[in-house]
Amino acid sequence: MKLRSHHVVTFSLAAALALAACSKNEEAPPPSQPAASAPAAAPVDAATAGTITGTVKLDGVAPKPVRFKTDSDPYCSKVHASDPLMSEEVVVDKNNDLANVVVYIKTGLENRTFPTPSDTVQLDQTGCHYRPHVIALMVNQPLAIVNSDQTTHNIHPTPANNRDWNKSQAPGADKITDSFAREEIAIPVKCNVHSWMKSYIAVLKTPYFFVTKDDGTFEIKNLLPGDYTIAAWQEKYGSTEQKVTVGPKEAKKVDFVFKAS
Amino acid sequence: MTAGYNSTLHRYALFTAACTVFLLVAGALVTSNDAGLAVPDWPTSYGTFFPPMVGGIFYEHGHRMVATFVGLVTIGLAVLLWRVESRPWMRALGWAALSIVILQGLFGGLTVMLRLPPAASIIHAALAQTFFCITVSIAVFTSRWWFAEPAVADDSGSPRLLSLAYWLVCVTFLQLVFGAALRHNAFGIWPHLAGAAAVLALVIIVSRATRRRFAAAGSLRVLCKWLNAVVGAQILLGGAAWWSRLATRDALQPEPIAIWLTVAHTVLGAIVLASTVVFVLVSHRLLSASEPAMAAGTQPVSS
Repeated sequence: MKLRSHHVVTFSLAAALALAACSKNEEAPPPSQPAASAPAAAPVDAATAGTITGTVKLDGVAPKPVRFKTDSDPYCSKVHASDPLMSEEVVVDKNNDLANVVVYIKTGLENRTFPTPSDTVQLDQTGCHYRPHVIALMVNQPLAIVNSDQTTHNIHPTPANNRDWNKSQAPGADKITDSFAREEIAIPVKCNVHSWMKSYIAVLKTPYFFVTKDDGTFEIKNLLPGDYTIAAWQEKYGSTEQKVTVGPKEAKKVDFVFKAS
Repeated sequence: MTAGYNSTLHRYALFTAACTVFLLVAGALVTSNDAGLAVPDWPTSYGTFFPPMVGGIFYEHGHRMVATFVGLVTIGLAVLLWRVESRPWMRALGWAALSIVILQGLFGGLTVMLRLPPAASIIHAALAQTFFCITVSIAVFTSRWWFAEPAVADDSGSPRLLSLAYWLVCVTFLQLVFGAALRHNAFGIWPHLAGAAAVLALVIIVSRATRRRFAAAGSLRVLCKWLNAVVGAQILLGGAAWWSRLATRDALQPEPIAIWLTVAHTVLGAIVLASTVVFVLVSHRLLSASEPAMAAGTQPVSS
């Protein structure tokens, strides 16, 4: 075959340009460092510490939970034969209180650092879904992932600002322990074996966060008096925030409302 | 005149091309089911060659098994060509096919080990199309038609039909790269839409040139009709696949309609590219008076 040389050159250049443009930067940015002026971790004075409590609600009709098709794995199908597995994207109670919302102090603590907790946060794979559906932990805090199912899972966090990884976990396998080095709200976690399995991990620089309970309530304790931005993140509806001032020993109430879309 | 035609070799080449279509389906199913990382290790799957075929593992390991089978079939094709083909370039083409299928396997492993970077995934997709075109080309080169059809016309018009045909192959290949980039979230929809328009325009130009200048070349005219049909079907399928993607954007797990429309669009894209390659080969055969391909052929296989 006689392919003319100018055809080859034109095509090669075009293909090379297209492929070069496709490359993804696999390197995550460097870990965020505390501000140069930030003092070392200092204990909070319990005598003056305040508290923020509140409720997160949904304004509007919550989407109807979707029944997942689990028949691609006989084990999952059997586990949910009489108790279908439903989506947890939006979980509300009868009063439209939203569960699984991460509420956290977004700004106001930049000049402080906090020790990393040594206690481990656990994410379980049970009944072919993640328990809990949303977790929050601090930067570098240990995360343990266990598999309570009699089927193999793979755990695949897909962060935007942290190192991603993909590990498998057979039934009865040892727990997987890892941590995340950078703040990120929130990292989606999926199982590529079971397409319906999804979870979120919020990684924060301060210990001032809470994942709302089934009744939509949260409580952020032991907070220094000061001016803050408090934010709430929900996997479907995104983020919302408010300014709040907490005085010494003050118990502040802050409520959030997400609009159903 | 069909001296040199070897039916066994031709049928085996057709079988290889058909197996490759099946492999393309299996590969497209992996992406559509978001199962590319359902098996985190490579070359083994969960440390074994026979993991439990559940969930995404079915698609990913199934793809690996089909790919292994196609690799073995390609080894057979290369050996067969080496043993029975008298045309040196055909023997070389057999080894080229084998090299590409091996490279393709390595890129498949790379996509898993690097956790699906778009560049590796796009190259994996483009190599798949290239390999398919080579298997189809081998089937054409070993066909009875290739040995029998005489040259009928002088391609002296401007632009030459052969030049247009080459452009059609290049633009279609680029369009498939844009499609793969869209599928792996490297590009948006616009380059792919522009590519579709360019391919369609070129097919129309090639068809008009063929109809006006080479009315007597039956094979070319049939091929033109085929090209128009598959490109038209591909554009409709592309629209349907895009609609299904938008309609199921908020779905919490892959929806069968989006999966199958996208898989069909991906595989038909490969068939479109292979059709443009066949058009180039047939044009060469019919319009290049100096093409010496008929002079040498294969030796019959003793069975």
